[in-house]
Amino acid sequence: MPGSLLWVIDIYGRVYTLSTAGQIWELCRDGRLEFKRVTATEPCCWGIASDHQVYVYVHSSEVPIRYQEETFENQRWNPVDGFCDRLLPSDRWQWSDITGLVHQPLDSFHLPSEHWEWEADWYVDENIDGDPTEKGGWTYAIDFPATYTKDKKWNSCVRRRRWIRYRRYKSRDTWAKVPSQNAGPLPDPFSDLSVGGWDITEEPMGRLSLWAVSLQGKVWYREGICHHNPEGSSWEEVSTPGEVVQISCGPSDLVWAVMWEGQLLVREGISRENPKGSSWVVVESPSSEVGAVHVSVGVSVVWAVTKDRKVWFRRGINSHNPCGTGWIGMVGEMVMLSVGVNDQVWGISCDDRAICFRQGVTSNELSGKTWRVITAARDDRSQASSANSLASAGCFFSGEVQVPTETSIMSDTGSSSEAEAQQDTDGETAKIRIPKVTSDSFISDLVSDKETKLNRRMLEGAIPEEGPPLEQESSKAAGETATNAACRTSRGPQWSNVDLEEAQVGSDATDSSSLSSVATYNFGLEDQYGVDEHPLWAWVCGGGCVVDAHMPLNWFNSTSALATSLQSMSLSITPAQTAVWRKQIFEQLSERTKREVDSFRHYEQAVEQSVWVKKGNMQWWRDWKPNKWIDVQFALEQFSGAEGNRDGILFIYYMFNDEKKYLHAFINEVTILVPVVSDTKHTFAIYTPERTKQRWPIRLAATTEQEMYDWLTLLSLSCNESQGIQGAPSKHAIWSTTCKGDIFVSEPIPSLEASPYPLPCDQMYWRQIGGHLHLVECGGPGIVWGIGYNHTAWVYSGGYGGGFFQGLSSSNVHPQTDVKNVYIYENQRWNPVTGYSSRGLPTDRFMWSDISGLQECTKTNTKPPSPLWIWVSDWSIDYNSPGGTDREGWQYATDFPATYHGHKTIKDFVRRRRWARKSKISTTGPWLEVPPITLWDITIQPCSSSRSPEEHVSVWGISNKGDVLCRLGVTQQTPEGTSWLHVGTDQPFKSISLGSCNQLWAVARDGSAFYRGSVSPHSPAGDCWYHIPSPARQKLLQVSVGRTSVYAVDENGNLWYRHGLTPSYPQGSSWEHISNNVRKVSVGPLDQVWIIADKVQGSHSLSCGTVCHRLGVQPMDPKGQSWDYGIGGGWDHISVRANSQEAPRISLPLASDKSMNPRGEAPAINGRVVGC
Amino acid sequence: MADDKDVLRDVWFGRIPTCFTLYQEEVTEREADPYYLLLPRVSYLTLVTDKVKKHFQKVMKPEDIGEMWFEYEGTPLKWHYPIGLLFDLHASHTALPWSITVHFKDFPEKDLLHCPSNSVIEAHFMSSIKEADALKHKGQVINEMQKKDHKQLWMGLQNDKFDQFWAINRKLMEYPAEEGGFRYIPFRIYQTVSERPFIQKLFRPITAEGQPHTLIDLLKEVSPFAVSQGGGEKKYQVVIHGIEPMLETPVQWLSEHLSYPDNFLHISVIPISTD
Repeated sequence: MPGSLLWVIDIYGRVYTLSTAGQIWELCRDGRLEFKRVTATEPCCWGIASDHQVYVYVHSSEVPIRYQEETFENQRWNPVDGFCDRLLPSDRWQWSDITGLVHQPLDSFHLPSEHWEWEADWYVDENIDGDPTEKGGWTYAIDFPATYTKDKKWNSCVRRRRWIRYRRYKSRDTWAKVPSQNAGPLPDPFSDLSVGGWDITEEPMGRLSLWAVSLQGKVWYREGICHHNPEGSSWEEVSTPGEVVQISCGPSDLVWAVMWEGQLLVREGISRENPKGSSWVVVESPSSEVGAVHVSVGVSVVWAVTKDRKVWFRRGINSHNPCGTGWIGMVGEMVMLSVGVNDQVWGISCDDRAICFRQGVTSNELSGKTWRVITAARDDRSQASSANSLASAGCFFSGEVQVPTETSIMSDTGSSSEAEAQQDTDGETAKIRIPKVTSDSFISDLVSDKETKLNRRMLEGAIPEEGPPLEQESSKAAGETATNAACRTSRGPQWSNVDLEEAQVGSDATDSSSLSSVATYNFGLEDQYGVDEHPLWAWVCGGGCVVDAHMPLNWFNSTSALATSLQSMSLSITPAQTAVWRKQIFEQLSERTKREVDSFRHYEQAVEQSVWVKKGNMQWWRDWKPNKWIDVQFALEQFSGAEGNRDGILFIYYMFNDEKKYLHAFINEVTILVPVVSDTKHTFAIYTPERTKQRWPIRLAATTEQEMYDWLTLLSLSCNESQGIQGAPSKHAIWSTTCKGDIFVSEPIPSLEASPYPLPCDQMYWRQIGGHLHLVECGGPGIVWGIGYNHTAWVYSGGYGGGFFQGLSSSNVHPQTDVKNVYIYENQRWNPVTGYSSRGLPTDRFMWSDISGLQECTKTNTKPPSPLWIWVSDWSIDYNSPGGTDREGWQYATDFPATYHGHKTIKDFVRRRRWARKSKISTTGPWLEVPPITLWDITIQPCSSSRSPEEHVSVWGISNKGDVLCRLGVTQQTPEGTSWLHVGTDQPFKSISLGSCNQLWAVARDGSAFYRGSVSPHSPAGDCWYHIPSPARQKLLQVSVGRTSVYAVDENGNLWYRHGLTPSYPQGSSWEHISNNVRKVSVGPLDQVWIIADKVQGSHSLSCGTVCHRLGVQPMDPKGQSWDYGIGGGWDHISVRANSQEAPRISLPLASDKSMNPRGEAPAINGRVVGC
Repeated sequence: MADDKDVLRDVWFGRIPTCFTLYQEEVTEREADPYYLLLPRVSYLTLVTDKVKKHFQKVMKPEDIGEMWFEYEGTPLKWHYPIGLLFDLHASHTALPWSITVHFKDFPEKDLLHCPSNSVIEAHFMSSIKEADALKHKGQVINEMQKKDHKQLWMGLQNDKFDQFWAINRKLMEYPAEEGGFRYIPFRIYQTVSERPFIQKLFRPITAEGQPHTLIDLLKEVSPFAVSQGGGEKKYQVVIHGIEPMLETPVQWLSEHLSYPDNFLHISVIPISTD
């Protein structure tokens, strides 16, 4: 499902969707039902169908919605029978929940609704806190309740085991009827509903607030909707000060409703703990004369429509003031509005019932600029059938009685009577012809409103010349009478479908003059505006539609699908890349070179290459103490080297004791250029092998950001050229990311993995690739995937450049965004007078600080990570801090700095809580998004031998929720693959790695390791998981599998090697400790081992994150000898899993000498720094 | 897969191996050796032949040296056409190296423009770029550039610096995404047989329906004979930079990638020799 969806209903109740990536209104896949209302979020859409039932449409996904039911089997030991199910009378149930208080035998579990199915039968869980148990899964204790262990001891008197069974939600991609209430007050039929609230908590997508309005004007809240329970559990009534007609719930804490009388209600007190809110506040209608009829809210905006169809925007809305401060009248007349994600707004225009999109809505300009009509074509596969099936016909006009008033007002401004008379007759005849019409009150209002002229005509007969607008009260009363009357006349039970012909009779009989909207549907409509004309829309919902002001949309210029598809075949952009003409030009040009140049290379060049110098002024972080920025002259001299390739020298001219001096570096020695963007300075660092060893780069600052990027582009161009590198990274490239999300890639040479004399890793040349990623994994033949900080999955497009590289240094780059949290800490100290307060001791840290407490970080002075980032949310308390928090987000400790815990004890004198704010970066890079599943980890099988381009490459991922997924259809041509295959696990996972020989290892969130059996090219998903005990008292974090080696990193930074792996026993026997201070490990197809190490000696502020290479790894000694240090610090991730280039074999006499060590000092460094 | 930037590089680094020989009737003190040189296709003859001039002047008396000009098989070569165009137009069927005759007297006033210095070439080059930009962007891009950017374009060409030139030139190749191309395509079509030096017309890259115009559309409109079929046989070759792009190639792409540094597409229509 590329793109997200805009949901709409036409006046016949047919539901259509429009994808942000598409340009056609597509009829909802499950088109059996007609709908009155829909309200959407990204994963699902809720609706009220014509049968007044609530339905939910959950999009299909490759990850199933599954729920783990568990129950415990308890046993007690007695001398006669041993362990048996005869418990003491005081004991818990034989089958119980985890607490023992609830009796739950296996057969007491039932599927919650018809939309669920069992995945398999009950089975015993043989896992306790990440450790495998004995067969049978029993855990032992002295007595109930107690701590259970897997070992049976002499005093183990009781035992229990956990049974689990999964149920799976099956009704996806279809309208699933939400089960009606079994207990409690049964709500009357709903007339409106609105879903939102997914941003209230940090829970993964799926927790929703669903608000509904019943026909009697009551408000209901659906409890318990979350990811594994998409239907929710029950309806709870929320009392209101008056009768409500319509409600709107935003993505976070805004909920507004419209009352019968035209005022608005604002829900206050909505929070993480209390998503229902606590109280209502009344806000007057925007206009003193006419009440509001419709409201729609976003994150920090409220839009409303009044009875006169005017559109209003509420000023001053924020989370502290959900009521806002005042109304602003907007241009345009709308029937209704919908605020979606990113506060984008859609509306249905009054005059032609078209869907309009508000253009130019940004966080700075929430009210946007103009309305633009969406002119997508309709996919009308099943149009004909539904045209005559307009069966739905309610007769409820709650809240719609304003129409008479409006009609009479409008008739004041009536147009020429001749035309009216003409239309009148048209209307009359049509009315006779068409038997039925959809008549949800709102829709019917729209219908009648659509032909206001016609209605007016009809009314003019009935209403004596523009009687004064009816009073609210009386019109309401009249409406109620009419409702009752209409219902009485209908033969069916109350609230059921009503055949409109009859309803009409009823209402006509009551009082046609005050019931224009209901009484005078004009059925000519269908002939006039129906199938062949553009569609008439009744309802739009943008809640599931992710767009922002800068996103290109194809919604506005399409006349027909064909025309647009041709148009989108844009020149010189990707689709053209495969064209024959293009290939032919490539071929001819290379033939031309052969013909005209290749045999004449010895000829003199007409134009001699000369030296080219670029100079500029910069600041340099001087090498000697006291270090400070000093002004320098910077120059790059480029010239042609002996072989014709370009080379250059960098010069930094500075003054030292009034003496002009300079520092220089050869371009061919530069190993990496690292941009360091900050608020204050536009700086970058230049490393050479020598400076990498010293952990002391040349740091330069340009005067402007642009100047810095110009220099970086130029310098990287010369460095690449001098290294003989151009174009895209090779299939063997080593990829890495920094803690800033920058992506660097290095071309390995065969001697990089040579033994015993490999290329020292500080001599590796790294170049930057555009984009922003948290981690990047390579493998297979040139297949590279990345995961952003917001867990979005990206696949490498085969290009290069992007980011600040412009024009020629980029190819096949695409827009990329990433979102990450910025954290600050609120610190408090307890004192006997005021309790915890922001008055600390004089020696205390800042009351608002960074994590260390050394930097003051207030809400106002904290800026996004760099100027490339913008804020996209407000500060909010983070309840997910490691270590846990209390209900207000606080973590307690005895003093600063200390370890914090999530509950208050008597000894806790200080507390802190973490605040988070989302920031967003928009950049470009050679990456394409792989929607829709967000990922935690990814692994691509390294390939040791060449394979054909069509051959499938195994790719596995872990979803953000911890599901294990196998990617199908990945080949060299389609590195993004086709779909995910879900592989069931009993617990969420966090790391996964697939070796060259299909050994699949994974780490669960509880820190235990798993091996997947029988994975092969023919059965890519394997068959079952084998639980591997983790090293004693350690929780594993990450695993990496090469050709035969398996390495893992635990939470305390230890690197472990798996011993005893054999083809017949691939799980191995034990973990062997290799090193500490390791953050990540990457094992390649040659069993080469690379890590990101912390606390490497010599680095200063950037001491964390240095790339290290294991030396001395040989087939007979896969653990290697020592570490070689490369670029750092600040590195976060490395992947060497694509480098399968074996070093040329050098036969050395005595090469296998044990004392052989490429660099004499390495063991010492190893001991001191990484320290075994 | 190779990408479009490689096309730019290939175009820029196109070279024609050339053998310069002194016209036999020039008065020399001793016999002059022919002079071999790789000429950049995208440059101008008088801009890259300083070495040729020096080479032949060594064997000549100063009083015999007039303005240098070039001729191929009796046709004086216009220095203000790019070298690649001259070769494609006049000598595409010749064996390499291309043999050019060097003259120092009898300057053919009616055929050639004088070229007293490089500043004349620069003026000609810059005026072409401006004309092209007037067609592409109503001249807005080139006019918004600074003097130093103009200089960089020229210096890039003069010193054969691809990166230097394209750092600026890419701005001239941009266009608003919603328009799908330039306003008009700057192109010139040359035929040896015609009495007109070249054909140039206003031609949009996109049809009224929003579809890309291709090379065949351009030729049909501007130079229909070039694509006319005589008895099923192709009678003409349509050559740019020594290659024959397929007639289905969109002209916008051609303009972005196969234009000469003066931003014009110089298209040669060459009759296919019947033998």
